[in-house]
Amino acid sequence: MRLSYPTNVKVIQVPCTGRVDIIHLLKAIEDGADGVYVAGCLEGECHFLTGNLKAKKRVQYVKKVLEELGIEPGRVEMFNLSAGEGPRFAEIAREMVERVKALGPSPVKKQEAA
Amino acid sequence: MIVADRKPLEEILEMIKGCNKVLILGCKGCVTVCNVGGTKEVGILASILKIARKKEGRSLQVDEKSIERQCDPEYIEQVKDIVDQYDAVISMACGVGPQFLSEAYPKQRFFPAVNTTFFGGATQHGVWAERCAGCGSCVIHYFDGMCPIARCSKSLLHGPCGGSANGKCEISKEVDCIWDKIVRKKMEEGRLDDLVQPKPAKDWRSARDGGPRKSVREELVQ
Repeated sequence: MRLSYPTNVKVIQVPCTGRVDIIHLLKAIEDGADGVYVAGCLEGECHFLTGNLKAKKRVQYVKKVLEELGIEPGRVEMFNLSAGEGPRFAEIAREMVERVKALGPSPVKKQEAA
Repeated sequence: MIVADRKPLEEILEMIKGCNKVLILGCKGCVTVCNVGGTKEVGILASILKIARKKEGRSLQVDEKSIERQCDPEYIEQVKDIVDQYDAVISMACGVGPQFLSEAYPKQRFFPAVNTTFFGGATQHGVWAERCAGCGSCVIHYFDGMCPIARCSKSLLHGPCGGSANGKCEISKEVDCIWDKIVRKKMEEGRLDDLVQPKPAKDWRSARDGGPRKSVREELVQ
């Protein structure tokens, strides 16, 4: 399909979004990522039944933590799309990059560089 | 098990505001089972604290360790070589942990990262409910396996109060009236008469009313 999406999105593959844990999302923020998103399968279509639903709850937990710390919770997000939706994948990447750009650099990174 | 909840982050951050190097000490006992203070949660809290500090532009060194239990001296002893290397130690165990640690290492400061809530069990994954009040003289057998001391809002021992409606307690529609359940079960099992049998007044001296409690088992004391 040769679809293009922003080059600043670093893709980390996992066998199922159920593998994504709270600590993985937090570590990304801790290490200075401006935003992190999880791209899981459509709800109800997880090969392992509930992997994407578990990921969704973990994303919500991290959003809550960020809010408690005074960091915009929108920097973390969960998206659902099927493996056949290449164009949607590229669209989500653009959408998330735009959102994070609007929020500006992560306050964690900003201070670290200072 | 002993059930606990993590303290609000603001409270934990306030405790360690003057510290630059802390140890988060997890416990592999009850708090691991209720997913609040085990190795995994120690890692999560460490990351959260580092994020919070980086945001403020200050660095914080956070080391992580979990020991088998924080309620036995032999495990508490395992941190003796490292405990003094930190400005403070955050214990993720129940309320027993920070106290045992403080007693063993009087020069160090130990902060609790969790609020110890009750003795209970998991009614489903991620949901825990109170089942025992630790009153020191169990009466569950009188009530067909349900404890009115822990599970009735008023700890009534002689039947439901006027606040019981449709099987729920007046404090919340989400709280079952345990007396409703006890009476229904007694009726179903044909044992309702049990409830009218006179019983001696409960001796509350074995509960907290008798002051801090201690249990000595002579056959084990060395």
